[in-house]
Amino acid sequence: MPEPIAAQPKVRLDRVTKRYGDLVVLDQLSMDVAPNEMISIIGPSGSGKTTILRLLMTLEQVTDGIISIDGEPLTHMPKNGGLAPANRAHLRRMRTKIGMCFQHFNLFPHMTALQNCIEGPIQVLGMSKVEATARAMDLLAMVGLEEKAGEHPVRLSGGQKQRVAIARALAMRPEVLLLDEVTSALDPEVIGEVLQVIRGLNKKYDLTILMVTHQMGFAKEISDRVVFIYEGKVEEAGAPDQIFGDPTSERTRQFLSAVLEAG
Amino acid sequence: MSYWEFLGEYGIRFVSGAIVTAEQTVPASALAIGIPVVFGLMRLSRSFVIRSAAIAYIEFFRGTSLLVQLYWIFFVLPLFGLTLEKFAAGFIAVGMNLGAYGAEVVRGAIRSVPHGQTEAAIALNLSPATRMRRIILPQALLIMLPPWGNLLIELLKGTALVSLISVADLMFAARQVNGSTFLSAQAFGTALIVYYVMARLVVTPAMRATERVMASRLGRT
Amino acid sequence: MLDWRWDFAFEVLPRLLLATLNTLMAAGLGYGIALVVGLVFALAQRTRYRLVTAIARESVEFIRSTPLVLQIFFVFYVFPQFGIRLSPWTAGMIAIGLHYASYLSEVYRGGLESVPRGQWEACTALNLGTARTYFRIIVPQALPPALPGMGNYLVGIFKDTPMLSVIGVAELMHTANAIGSESYRFLETYTMVGLLFLLISLPAAAGLRAFEAWVRRAFGLSR
Repeated sequence: MPEPIAAQPKVRLDRVTKRYGDLVVLDQLSMDVAPNEMISIIGPSGSGKTTILRLLMTLEQVTDGIISIDGEPLTHMPKNGGLAPANRAHLRRMRTKIGMCFQHFNLFPHMTALQNCIEGPIQVLGMSKVEATARAMDLLAMVGLEEKAGEHPVRLSGGQKQRVAIARALAMRPEVLLLDEVTSALDPEVIGEVLQVIRGLNKKYDLTILMVTHQMGFAKEISDRVVFIYEGKVEEAGAPDQIFGDPTSERTRQFLSAVLEAG
Repeated sequence: MSYWEFLGEYGIRFVSGAIVTAEQTVPASALAIGIPVVFGLMRLSRSFVIRSAAIAYIEFFRGTSLLVQLYWIFFVLPLFGLTLEKFAAGFIAVGMNLGAYGAEVVRGAIRSVPHGQTEAAIALNLSPATRMRRIILPQALLIMLPPWGNLLIELLKGTALVSLISVADLMFAARQVNGSTFLSAQAFGTALIVYYVMARLVVTPAMRATERVMASRLGRT
Repeated sequence: MLDWRWDFAFEVLPRLLLATLNTLMAAGLGYGIALVVGLVFALAQRTRYRLVTAIARESVEFIRSTPLVLQIFFVFYVFPQFGIRLSPWTAGMIAIGLHYASYLSEVYRGGLESVPRGQWEACTALNLGTARTYFRIIVPQALPPALPGMGNYLVGIFKDTPMLSVIGVAELMHTANAIGSESYRFLETYTMVGLLFLLISLPAAAGLRAFEAWVRRAFGLSR
């Protein structure tokens, strides 16, 4: 059972299970995220970290359990006193609160950096082109890419693409931002510029951030809390100093020593 | 007349037509497979003359219609002193036409074998001919088989045009039956179904089986 | 052996050129039908309804696997059997349009499938609706990889129009046959028909290649 927090959690996963056939990816996983919290999700590959984000973005459907945002069920809606799977309208309404950045950026290749950033605001939020462009330019400036606004993704480096993707996600004014291994596909020398953008993002834009990452040093430095996932369950969660300095679980200890040795 | 009575009376004409279609398809396929191997390799030659000859052939046959080529071979070639009997004119036109498309398939398949394979063969000091024969072609063969399946169906369909120079194939039988009975739906419908069966139940399964055999020989399964 | 007569060639050239216009019109009309019906075939194969998908799939397979010339006869002769009279042009356009629609539906399908799954996911993450996802994001990316196939079939339909002569559509081949049977001079007639096809299809193919390259650049898909 999730521990009750005094205030309403921003995100709550309540005994969430995700199965593909016989393969159990998430096994009755429960977890709360407080408003404005910056959470790093770590764990061995195949442990289900990315699946948590994909479920939150409604890219996949839960097999069992409930996910809620601000106390409102994400993939379900109240019906006849019970809960029924959400319809499209409900999903679209809930998605306005959530944004996501992907490991492989998924920028739209036929649009410039700026067009990538104004597409959603104009089409979905109904913003005027002038306003959307002004906001997008601010965001591109924030990620240090003002002068690349007119370039297509094919002409950008990996680090630049990921910074555009972050600006694109922020342009939709999400309340919850999901960062899925945003540095895993990058060359080592450009990882820093992306991490620099992420630093302090939750304070600046009033965001709740869930970040799946392999950058242990970075996770330790900027997270409010670190969650270690093992075989589809939360094995251990706590303050970065505690998880990295004095983990209580033997599995956490083994994972961290293996990763830190390799890194 | 019910459809079954129709088949009882005219079925034999469709059968003999289908046999002629098969007799056209087999030598045309042999041509359409032999020509591409030669011209596909010529197309990749380093000699400008050889390459140009191959390009001229391929572009000429791909640039004009099969029907035009068929008429030209049947009606115009005799004026050059080369008279072909209609049966031969039929499968030669179809085979040469599809052969030009096949040459492009061969070329594309050879070029899509990763360059590292050539480099590895050079590193082993294999001669250019051995490289092509032992390393590149076997791998290219596997890549070109699926498009060849489509090409052979195109070839089978192409043989229907030989009826226009009076080769008594399946298409010809359908027109004759239509002419004498005026039962157009039955006559042309039956021919459509027979062509479909020949394509989907003979050509496609045969190509699939070939792909499987080749794949397991090359250790890909 | 060869008695090529230039005077005869020049005498019949205007008739052949005029018929070429009909050939081009037939190819254009047929292709227009194929572009639209092909899209219907392709989208029908992507619906959630299994029966619709299966019917569309089998129809495409059937049309693709049987000879166009037979389909032309079928359409031309079968409709009158049920009391619907079709002109050669109408029957020809239906047959050739449907035939190429089945080819184009495969091209469309390939194009749509070539768009990476991450693009659909990004659209979900940005909360774009289905229609916007298709028209603003997916189709512009599916089009460039589909263009070579679409171009090949444009040239292909042009080269298949001579088959329309069998039901009396007055295109190039039909006119050539008429000239041949009037004059018994096949050499000049069929040779010029072949040359006319080459003169149109080769530059057309080259032009389409250039157009593809231009589209890729215009869409920012290549440097």
